[in-house]
Amino acid sequence: MAHAAGTELVIATVNNGHMIEMQKLSPAFEKANPDIKLKWVTLEEGVLRQRVTTDIATKGGQFDIMTIGMYETPIWGKKGWLQELKFDAAYDANDILPSIRDGLSVDGKMFAAPFYGESSMLMYRKDLADKVGVTVPERPTWIQVRDLAAKIHDPKNGVYGICLRGKPGWGDNMALITTMVNTFGGQWFDMKWQPQLESKPWKDAVTFYVDLLTKYGPPGSAANSFNEILALTNSGKCGMWVDATVAASFVSDPKQSKVADQMAFAQAPTAVTPKGANWLWSWALAVPSGSKKVDAAKKFIAWATSKEYIELVGKTNGWATVPTGTRASTYAIPEFVKAARFAPAEKMAIDSANPNDSTLPKSPYVGVQFAAIPEFQAIGSTVGQQMSAALAGQTTVDKALKAGQVAAERQMKKAGYYK
Amino acid sequence: MNRTLPRLLMAPAVGTLFLWMIVPLVMTIYFSFIQFNLLQPDQSDFIGLENYEYFLTDPSFGAAVWNTIVLLSSVIGITVVVGTLIALLINEPLAGRGLVRILLISPFFVMPTVNALLWKNMMMNPIYGVLAQVWIFFGAEPVDWLTVHPLFSIILMVSWQWLPFATLIFMTALQSMDREQLEASRMDGANYFQQLRYLYIPHLGRSVAVVVMIELIFLLSLFAEIYTTTGGGPGDASTNVAYLIFKQALLNFDAGVASAGALFAVVLANIVGIFMIRMVGKNLDK
Repeated sequence: MAHAAGTELVIATVNNGHMIEMQKLSPAFEKANPDIKLKWVTLEEGVLRQRVTTDIATKGGQFDIMTIGMYETPIWGKKGWLQELKFDAAYDANDILPSIRDGLSVDGKMFAAPFYGESSMLMYRKDLADKVGVTVPERPTWIQVRDLAAKIHDPKNGVYGICLRGKPGWGDNMALITTMVNTFGGQWFDMKWQPQLESKPWKDAVTFYVDLLTKYGPPGSAANSFNEILALTNSGKCGMWVDATVAASFVSDPKQSKVADQMAFAQAPTAVTPKGANWLWSWALAVPSGSKKVDAAKKFIAWATSKEYIELVGKTNGWATVPTGTRASTYAIPEFVKAARFAPAEKMAIDSANPNDSTLPKSPYVGVQFAAIPEFQAIGSTVGQQMSAALAGQTTVDKALKAGQVAAERQMKKAGYYK
Repeated sequence: MNRTLPRLLMAPAVGTLFLWMIVPLVMTIYFSFIQFNLLQPDQSDFIGLENYEYFLTDPSFGAAVWNTIVLLSSVIGITVVVGTLIALLINEPLAGRGLVRILLISPFFVMPTVNALLWKNMMMNPIYGVLAQVWIFFGAEPVDWLTVHPLFSIILMVSWQWLPFATLIFMTALQSMDREQLEASRMDGANYFQQLRYLYIPHLGRSVAVVVMIELIFLLSLFAEIYTTTGGGPGDASTNVAYLIFKQALLNFDAGVASAGALFAVVLANIVGIFMIRMVGKNLDK
């Protein structure tokens, strides 16, 4: 008690590689700010979301800094649950990539600072494409992807044409399926907040997805999400993979991947429109509005999301491991560009995504691979369950979409969007 | 005799226990009658039975109840039958009996989540799982267990975990059997099956009741295995009531509907409980 002069910050974060690095490097911050002590609560993504959501909703005040994503920030910001983040000129907020900054702001006010950002892209085996004589364009269409998948699909030798997420969850299979629906010209809700799951674009997109994955995907797709597919890709079993850009640094790392040299990168495939084909996500740091240690918390966030921090990671751990997708200046660092082959494709994907305008028909919601409304988690996970059932062949696409539509209408009605 | 003093002395303890039980229950009942979504705490009105209506008319509800029943009865059936067989097998003296017993019991000490991960990644993975390798060795197409037989896969995992428990109880029961009675029956010319029918199985009755009751209590709330492997899917194929409540509370953040679901689960557990106590009670009377 006698030493209580300092401030202790409790930071809730997710157990992704970049955040684990942040913890290892945080003594540098503590050395520079001897009056601030850091206490980490590191959790798996789903559990983190449950903990911080219950904490902030019940005004629990357990955490001074929370790691939240692009889904939570606009909702919570609008409710006044988060402190607005304003930093001095040295922080250079204008350096933050515009699409990421937009997604973490409400009416131009930033409520969370991006720690790393990601979009989605196509990662593929150059050697297999070369073998069948196909050149993948910078922005392929889903039809082209399907044709290539058909050519390189060779399950006898343990190579599957394409691996995609199938595990139910709004952040799992629905993240990918939503980008497919977007690019097939669909949307979650129309301007009257009516769910659109039985519309033609949804049917086209989901039929295409199920067909593609059952024909040219690995067995067990209905249980695969990011980590499962990463393991498959690293052991050389996936010909193609459309997923988060953050995967690129893993699959091209020879220490983890057997096919690191063969991996090449392109934009996420498109169909009817390029709009909303690349998703957009960022893990960001935010301060709950009830916090009593706002200044110290902001100081830490400014440090962890600064250019200097990126430099620190680059110098201590190697330039290919820096948190990417947040600052334009990162992509201008020569050492980084040299170390990260995927950087140009990643930057292009992030720049092309716009959470405010991601669907062909006008939509009332913000978000590319989700709709930033509180009801979306429930709707997304229920529809995700239905999609995985369709993928597993337990129900038809039409029935699954109908069930999803009914569930979505129920939730929206319960939430009082309409009677 | 004056019993006031002992009652007074006991009152604080009983009172604490009562509060311990009643406060969460009352809060759950209260929440179940209001609109209470954690993400919209500003709209919390009294809505009567609407939460119950939403829980009971949830498209997954029927499947969840059915799956809970199937899960319970199959796991209990498997563990009791196979557990009895194994217990009988290792009841006779055999070389290395101690080691065999330790090996048999060890699955019970594996944490449920670890158990699920073990089965998911090492056994049932359709590409590099052990089972897939066996299938490939015999030239067959590997089975994608968690997709094609999700509920069966969960039953398998849970049975694997609980079988040692049943075996352990049955084994101890068999050890306590009257050797002289067995000897006598053999002298009278009873063969093994007659001994089984008239001596072993009746003797095991009580321990079966205990195993069934304990497994019922624990398996009603079965969750970790489903969460880790199938996430309740595909579709609702492996969603049980506990998982459905979890979905409402922590995926949808709808505390109101989740409370209604929790109360439903309490009712369900009580119905099962009444039947069980009758059954066990009858068994113990004998």
